Amino acid sequence: MSILDSKIPKGPLEDKWSNYKNNINLVNPANKRNIDVIVIGTGLAGGSAAATLAELGYNVKTFCYQDSPRRAHSIAAQGGINAAKNYQGDGDSNYRLFYDTVKGGDYRSREGNVYRLAEVSGNIIDQCVAQGVPFAREYGGMLDNRSFGGVLVSRTFYAKGQTGQQLLLGAYSAMNRQINRGKIQAFNRHEMMDVVLVDGKARGIIARDMLTGEIERHSAHAVVLASGGYGNVFYLSTNAMGSNVMAAWRAHRRGAFFANPCYTQIHPTCIPVSGDHQSKLTLMSESLRNDGRIWVPKTKEDAEAIRAGKKKPTDLSEDERDYYLERRYPAFGNLVPRDVASRAAKERCDAGFGVNKTGEAVYLDFASAIERYGKEEAFTAGHKNPSKEEIIKLGKGVVESKYGNLFQMYEKIVDQNPYKTPMMIYPAVHYTMGGLWVDYNLQTTIPGCYATGEANFSDHGANRLGASALMQGLADGYFVLPYTIGDYLAQDISTGKIPTDTSEFDSAEKEVSDRINRLMNAGGQHSVDFYHKKLGKIMWNKCGMSRNAVDLKEAINEIAELREDFWKNVKIPGSADTKNAELEKAGRVADFLELGELFAKDALHREESCGGHFREEHQTPDGEALRDDENFKYAAAWEYTGKPSDAILHKEELIFENIELKTRSYK
Amino acid sequence: MKLTLKIWRQENATAKGKMVDYNIDGIDGDMSFLEMLDVLNEELVNKGEQPVEFDHDCREGICGSCSLQINGEPHGPDKFITTCQLHMRTFKDGDTIVIEPFRAKAFPVIKDLIVDRTAFDRIQQAYGYISVNTSGNTIDANTIPIEKENADDSFNAATCIGCGACVAACKNASAMLFTSAKVSQFALLPQGEVEADRRVLAMVEQMDKEGFGNCSNTGACELECPKGISLENIARMNREYLKASVK
Amino acid sequence: MGGLLKSSVAKKFAMALSGLFLVLFLAQHFTINLTSVISPDTFNSWSHFMGTNILVQGILQPILIFGVVFHFIMGFVLEIQNRNARAKSYVSYNGSANSSWMSRNMIYSGAVVLAFLGLHFYDFWVPELVHKYIESHPEDATRYYGELVAKFVSPVRTGLYVVSFVFLMLHLLHGFSSSFQSMGVNNKYSEGIRKFTVGYAIIIPLGFIFIAVFHYFNNL
Ligand SMILES: Cc1cc2nc3c(=O)[nH]c(=O)nc-3n(C[C@H](O)[C@H](O)[C@H](O)COP(=O)(O)OP(=O)(O)OC[C@H]3O[C@@H](n4cnc5c(N)ncnc54)[C@H](O)[C@@H]3O)c2cc1C
Ligand code: HEM
Ligand code: SF4
Ligand code: FES
Repeated sequence: MSILDSKIPKGPLEDKWSNYKNNINLVNPANKRNIDVIVIGTGLAGGSAAATLAELGYNVKTFCYQDSPRRAHSIAAQGGINAAKNYQGDGDSNYRLFYDTVKGGDYRSREGNVYRLAEVSGNIIDQCVAQGVPFAREYGGMLDNRSFGGVLVSRTFYAKGQTGQQLLLGAYSAMNRQINRGKIQAFNRHEMMDVVLVDGKARGIIARDMLTGEIERHSAHAVVLASGGYGNVFYLSTNAMGSNVMAAWRAHRRGAFFANPCYTQIHPTCIPVSGDHQSKLTLMSESLRNDGRIWVPKTKEDAEAIRAGKKKPTDLSEDERDYYLERRYPAFGNLVPRDVASRAAKERCDAGFGVNKTGEAVYLDFASAIERYGKEEAFTAGHKNPSKEEIIKLGKGVVESKYGNLFQMYEKIVDQNPYKTPMMIYPAVHYTMGGLWVDYNLQTTIPGCYATGEANFSDHGANRLGASALMQGLADGYFVLPYTIGDYLAQDISTGKIPTDTSEFDSAEKEVSDRINRLMNAGGQHSVDFYHKKLGKIMWNKCGMSRNAVDLKEAINEIAELREDFWKNVKIPGSADTKNAELEKAGRVADFLELGELFAKDALHREESCGGHFREEHQTPDGEALRDDENFKYAAAWEYTGKPSDAILHKEELIFENIELKTRSYK
Repeated sequence: MKLTLKIWRQENATAKGKMVDYNIDGIDGDMSFLEMLDVLNEELVNKGEQPVEFDHDCREGICGSCSLQINGEPHGPDKFITTCQLHMRTFKDGDTIVIEPFRAKAFPVIKDLIVDRTAFDRIQQAYGYISVNTSGNTIDANTIPIEKENADDSFNAATCIGCGACVAACKNASAMLFTSAKVSQFALLPQGEVEADRRVLAMVEQMDKEGFGNCSNTGACELECPKGISLENIARMNREYLKASVK
Repeated sequence: MGGLLKSSVAKKFAMALSGLFLVLFLAQHFTINLTSVISPDTFNSWSHFMGTNILVQGILQPILIFGVVFHFIMGFVLEIQNRNARAKSYVSYNGSANSSWMSRNMIYSGAVVLAFLGLHFYDFWVPELVHKYIESHPEDATRYYGELVAKFVSPVRTGLYVVSFVFLMLHLLHGFSSSFQSMGVNNKYSEGIRKFTVGYAIIIPLGFIFIAVFHYFNNL
């Protein structure tokens, strides 16, 4: 038997969460005043949790590395948030949302958690509207919905292309209310450097004030990690520059198991890398694939001519183009799921058909959509014989009304007009499904240490559906954690304040200071970015969209070597007792250099292809993913033992009682 | 491209600070402005000098971290973008670029190009919220219909990213555009109307306390705001404020 | 008053009100002056009315004086606060990229107008007071036109008047429409209001200039 207990409540799927809530321990309001909770991260997951816990009466301290809680990476989410409201009357239900999410995750998530997520999804929308989140509305004054990839209903709530921003500002305003009441103390520009365990329980953290460099001790009865995802282990990703794994990784080193690190979502429609100077990648919303057709030249000669600037894409006639998604997946065409679309683009570029300077881009072409819409418009306007120019003009208008802001964003970055020439896109790292292992209570394997949002591994299995990360973050923070943490804190009502002048805090602080000193006093050869870029290259080339045993083994060795070199030769100017961006980056990269190795190890051990994890050895004859439910229907939770290479695997078998496992096919 | 950069360097909040010249070569038009600074910093690190500190995070124009006064304008010469979205193709080979921190008494310099914008947070803490509990016991989201126009205007006001360009651009370092955007977002929604009076009084009071200047209606904020937040919001806040004060 | 005008928004509201009041006064003043070009008799009789009517002298005039004094004192108060709000100035500040010269220099155009008002008082108001209250001349309902015309003999004074009104024009080009925004008016009528205020800001000062120049040339 595994030592992992997911603590899923007994009973029928629909009743689990209610039964659970009816039977947990509660803390009375007077006692909550005596209990402190630390929340790391102020994104959707952390911000919502902090506000709710403070409102319940706990004393909350929040930490984030930005200058304001409002700037957490959640702010960047574009598309929308799912909720099973069934406002459109198109047959949506909690069960359907649950089903879509489990299937979308390629059957690698936990039924109980996902159902609960679906169950509270509607509450999120109610809550946010009450808070003043200005979701898009119809003329009748009701909330509007849009459809997202991979599902048959319209359940995505949105605020133009800034849904994440609006939701985060909602959570932030709830936080502000509690800050104003004195129930939340916000420590901004503070980075958590370690968690402190007392008698095996999480009882505080060590943080660094990023302005003064001061190392601080903060105690609490429980610590919540809502520190986001680790996509930046690839250096280039759509994540914010500062997104990092430090908080989660420090907890991992103290005993929290890290689950499924290799599950990464690579989003097919991002603006390609333009050169070595590139610092981050920009997403172009999934919705573009509804109207854009993806292609590369049919011949390598044409691809080379385009790369050399001798030919333009518009010079190529229809039969000189290879619409490879339509060719390979006639049934779904350009609308195959993210993982499939990404791999297909990579396959073409690897074969030499890429179309930009670096050879790593494919076209997303709107010409036929413009023509189609143009004809439609002309027809409805009564022009039975419109001229070519007229059609194009009308068509452009339609496309602009749908995607205008994205087209403008593209033009700013690439300096090309996507109405006239096809967009260039390429897949990029976007989201990490893996993270700290948590049970149904969102507690990690360290008692008193919780993980929420993208930082945990819980709800998305091996592949996340669009618009469900925002849902998960807010569900965790507003509706789940406030209950489950109470059950744990009920035992602490008479514990009293946790002192920080104990040996546990002493030694944790010393370790943190020693680590900083080691970084500051390393050999001084190369900048932090030098190492981060190298790590990113290894990750992308060997642990990226498709993986094989040989590459993964090489990656493990190369990362270990790079890490050793890093600790010997990294160069950080300035001092540690002031704002020092290089030192901040170094601390994060040091942890990425450990995580990267575990990532590769996890990918190597998972001898199957599922969701975002594609093993070349495990594919059908025509190149599709081959899942192995018999041997790998489990979550892989890794225990730290001193080195990533020595991590011990613990398996949590996934039990499917309400869903039948099937193979996904898009042909 | 070869450029001369004149950059404000300041060791810490109390140090004096001065403009320092840097020559930089090999800049590509496809680089973003911040990537150009990355190149400079990489060079400085390799020389063992302290890199230039600046705030940034999302690098796609939404988090509001990046700032910088570039050639006398916040977020540089292009309109409706943040510094992280400004690309080097806007400049020419041989150009001199002056880079300063946002300047306002309420935004003290922390180091180099980083300023302290927590005054904005305090304005929001003063009443930048609707007093509802987050417990989930609220009414169904569709119970109160909201006129689409109001919902859209509220959204437009709410797209403010809190960057502070409005303050930086204003000759008076006034924070009216920022504050009014927040006041407007809530004032336009039935949920926010309930506390509208108390909200506007509290937020304006905090804004004044922070030491921002008064509004001279020059309109610089609106033109330099990367999100195009409209001056109508300021008028609305004035209205709301006057209404609330006579009650 | 301190309490009422504590906030920046209230101060600007008061500024706008006093400014608008001055705008109204200016229109009235202009109408009377214009008659001096058309009919000296009308001018004399209107001036006589304004100069002797109890309501005008006892109520409107003090309000006007209060309005002017309030307006410029508040103007200076705001200016000082605004300057303090930027503790350290930019090495490079490209104000023209985002705002008009008028809007950024209200204090200068205002100061010129203030200086002009000084001259104006010295020219008309002081003699008027001396005439009425110190020397206690009996009222002569026909003296006004002659007094007015006599002032525009000097080319220097006429020049000063012209320059001042150019600055008043600049002041009003921004100030008049700005006062609506300060009072919270910004809606679908605003474009119309803006056009009207611009027209006013140009026509009224030009009119004053015309009157001054007209009398100057008549005097030649
Ligand atoms: C471009 C883009 C678009 C997206 N669009 C969508 C979408 O349309 N719909 C959807 O559902 N999902 C979307 N996602 C995914 C979604 O935005 C994220 O998964 C989600 O916002 C993560 O929220 P979070 O609260 O878990 O973490 P984050 O928002 O990443 O917050 C992390 C917090 O932790 C803090 N932190 C981190 N480390 C430390 C430390 N060591 N010490 C102190 N503080 C620390 C940070 O300061 C920050 O406050 C998108 C993602 C990207 C990149
Ligand atoms: C006596 C000398 C004057 C001075 C020193 C002065 C100064 C100023 C200043 C500094 C402002 C700008 C306030 C701000 O935007 O913060 C202002 C605004 C204004 N002034 Fe004057 N002014 C003077 C005379 C006048 C006169 C004679 C008129 C009208 C005939 C006038 C009409 C206005 C108007 C309408 C505004 C706009 C108020 C607003 O923006 O809300 N001013 N004045
Ligand atoms: S109003 Fe515009 S310029 Fe001011 S903080 Fe908001 S987004 Fe930035
Ligand atoms: S870095 Fe986020 S807006 Fe520029």
